[in-house]
Amino acid sequence: MNELKFEEALARLEEIVRSLEQGEAALDEALFLFEEGVKLARFCNTKLDEAEAKIEIMLEDGKIETLEVNEK
Amino acid sequence: MVHPISVSELTKQIKSALSSPEFQSVAVEGEISNFVHHRSGHMYFSLKDPQSRIKAVMFRGRNQRLNFVPKNGDTLVAVGSIGVYEPNGEYQLYVDLLLPKGVGALHLAYEQLKEKLELEGLFDPSRKRALPALPHRVGVITSPSGAALRDILHVLTRRHPGVRVLVFPSLVQGEEAPDSLIDALTKAQHTDVDVIIMGRGGGSFEELSAFNDERLARAIAQSSIPVVSACGHETDFTIADFVADLRAPTPSAAAELVVPMQEELISGIASLQARMARSLERRIQAERRYINQLSQSPVLQRPEHHLRQRRQRLDELWTGLSRYLRHGVIPKRAQLKNAVGKLEALSPLGTLARGYAICQNAEGEIVLQAEKVATGDVVHVTLHKGSLSCIVEGRHT
Repeated sequence: MNELKFEEALARLEEIVRSLEQGEAALDEALFLFEEGVKLARFCNTKLDEAEAKIEIMLEDGKIETLEVNEK
Repeated sequence: MVHPISVSELTKQIKSALSSPEFQSVAVEGEISNFVHHRSGHMYFSLKDPQSRIKAVMFRGRNQRLNFVPKNGDTLVAVGSIGVYEPNGEYQLYVDLLLPKGVGALHLAYEQLKEKLELEGLFDPSRKRALPALPHRVGVITSPSGAALRDILHVLTRRHPGVRVLVFPSLVQGEEAPDSLIDALTKAQHTDVDVIIMGRGGGSFEELSAFNDERLARAIAQSSIPVVSACGHETDFTIADFVADLRAPTPSAAAELVVPMQEELISGIASLQARMARSLERRIQAERRYINQLSQSPVLQRPEHHLRQRRQRLDELWTGLSRYLRHGVIPKRAQLKNAVGKLEALSPLGTLARGYAICQNAEGEIVLQAEKVATGDVVHVTLHKGSLSCIVEGRHT
């Protein structure tokens, strides 16, 4: 699930919720969907919780350096 | 003596002479007179000054974009081209744009470029790309020393503490600014940023002119990454604003548009999760209800009752069957015996048993009269048991 993009995960999660709400799936399929949905939600939350802000700047020569931000 | 040419030939030559570049892009200031807004939607008028007058036409497709209605006596700047109307041998001004008098050269160029790119479809809403819901990495193209960068970074980190940003420093003002902006935009294409904020703080029309550059507009249109423009303030619209995928009124607003509030996303996901759990729970309850309903069916509920019913039915059938035997089969059997007795009484075999015989000739025909046989014929006589072959010795008729 690591290569998954946040918005793909979110879109899939929304799709699963819709499908469950409409009760289209057979019960055991619904259980699988639920399980997948829980994983997706966890993945999305992990993405959101990810690390600290990383602010970088591309220099003239194409090198990338961390930019010091002086918050006032 | 010059060889004469036809009127239409002459007109064609004049038309050709007037199609030189200097007449194809003109801006002329004058007073409007004889203004007619024709039923067809086209506008016909003259532009004049104290010495001269020129006929002008502004077609419907162009004048629909006017945000004011010209009237006689207005002094305006008309931008367009000179053309020849061959049927009348008249030259006239085909107007693309009408602008208020006293408009500066920069502004004029801006209006012309805007008109041109709009006609090319560069501002079409269908060209606009959607921004990612949660950007992987945000590209920021602006001056590294400007307040705009500080504002953008501040808002980005406030809304999403885990945001990743890559800044592409650029000039945002002056003659070299357009090239610098295009260069930064080109560099950004080769990185993993998935949305770009391009902008600067507010300024005068002249100060923002880098963002009105045609080449920059085309570079933005060609960017494979969505671009959010953020120049100046609420009221300043640059060409970059029109061509960008999204226009933000200020750099801070651009940052808000690009990165969602982390808390909002988290609560959004939580609510999705809750909906999912709720609907699954409802589903399971419904299935359970159904199973309950099934198990309440009489068959499962009181099987012995069901069995009793079957046994009773069996008894009924059995009773029916014996009644049938009694009233149907037994009397029929007696009737059959009786019929068989009668049949036996009629049978020739019975008669033979009582001592009678049957006489048949050689052909097997039964002989009923003595005269049907001759003396010496062989006849067969069937008895009760066995038969005889006899030679007729005499007849008595």
